[in-house]
Amino acid sequence: MRLNRSNACWLALAIITAGYVVFWLLLLGATATYSTPDSWLRVLKSPEIRQATWLSLLSCTAAAGFAVLLAVPVGYLMSRRTFRGKSWLDAALDIPIILPPLVVGLCLLIFFQTWMGKQIESVWAFTYTVSGVVLAQFVVAASFAIRTMRGTFDHLSPRPEEVALTLGCTRFQALWHVALPAARRGMVAAFCIAWARSLGEFGPILVFAGATRMKTEVLPTTVWLELSVGNLEAAVAVSLLMVAMAVLVLVVVRSTGEKL
Amino acid sequence: MIRLENISWSSGERIILDDVTLEIASGSYAVLMGSTGCGKTTLLEILCGLRRPTRGRVWLDEVDVTDLEPRERGIGYVPQDLALFPGLRVREQIGFALKLRGKPAGARVKELAEELNIAALLDRLPDGLSGGEKQRVALARALAAEPRLLLLDEPLSALDEAMRGEASAMLKRLQQQHALTVLHVTHSTAEAQELASVRLRMVTGRITVESPDLRGA
Repeated sequence: MRLNRSNACWLALAIITAGYVVFWLLLLGATATYSTPDSWLRVLKSPEIRQATWLSLLSCTAAAGFAVLLAVPVGYLMSRRTFRGKSWLDAALDIPIILPPLVVGLCLLIFFQTWMGKQIESVWAFTYTVSGVVLAQFVVAASFAIRTMRGTFDHLSPRPEEVALTLGCTRFQALWHVALPAARRGMVAAFCIAWARSLGEFGPILVFAGATRMKTEVLPTTVWLELSVGNLEAAVAVSLLMVAMAVLVLVVVRSTGEKL
Repeated sequence: MIRLENISWSSGERIILDDVTLEIASGSYAVLMGSTGCGKTTLLEILCGLRRPTRGRVWLDEVDVTDLEPRERGIGYVPQDLALFPGLRVREQIGFALKLRGKPAGARVKELAEELNIAALLDRLPDGLSGGEKQRVALARALAAEPRLLLLDEPLSALDEAMRGEASAMLKRLQQQHALTVLHVTHSTAEAQELASVRLRMVTGRITVESPDLRGA
């Protein structure tokens, strides 16, 4: 069969896509075959790794929950209102995305050395604590959640909310009764993206919350700690666990997107 | 009665409504015609309170409502896309305004559903409704709030020829039964001839009167 130009173009695009996917599969395959399932299990059963896994699960869930709580009102405002300085605010909301992760951690650390930061610390300690882990994850994850929620509201027509206003709703009631139920898929997606982003967060946690074993150690810090002492087998096992978690989140996002 | 006093609205440099002054008597069925983009929907949104006029005042039944929120105006609004609430069943759509006011919805929802011939659809979601069914649900939802004034933005545009006649008759019947003042926006001269007690035309942001029983400028 002779290839026409259009088919040749699609074939070229398919080859590029397949090449990228194969590259990633090779990376994961190489990592997975570096050690044996027995050694993975042995590593994952160790108390330090189990503690880090639980802390990762809890802190990511808390950070993602807080991120969605912030992302819904901010995303709604940015989607529905036009106001002076909106483009500046929009850029400011993206700062945590473009900042190098270590700088985010450094900013947090320095802020909590200021007068205001010390006042906050006197009520609730963040620096080098589990709360600090959650805060460091939240700061970055919130930006991604806000982007997702804004996109969700941008895709929803404001008309139903406007009709709700004429039917007796206040603006808050229109958001609560009409916009939020319609945005539920976006909320699930924002939560999952924030969760996945938090799971991979390393730099801000290392600087702001530290990497203390059995205290503020989360899975990315485990990989770093194990690598730094030359225990590649343990680093591989934890990395594979994180890959499995990330895949699970992707599956949840896709399936909830189809069901809701 | 609807009274618009020197209403203007502009978007940047572009003037959409230019000093519109108009009175529509209570109980009238007013039909507003005009080409796409001439400002008909903007006028409805200003009446609803969804858009604030750049200049001018809006009066409903001798009350200046210009500064009132949409929920305080007693207006039912059916937009062109009908804007049914996603994820809510027909029963919940119709009972929405009643629930907000803390009133029992069941009997009134049934009554309106029967009046609009949608009683069999009460447990359906918007995605499972035809264009005509959606239009009836949107009307029932607006009527449940017991408005004084009903604003309809091209309500028959999504219907085929066969259904239009039936829907027109239904609108006229509802207007009389509920003693409503209606402002109906359309492109169709036939619709205006069939329904209007008052005919208006909007051209380049101004309203001209095509029937004698009102004053416009």
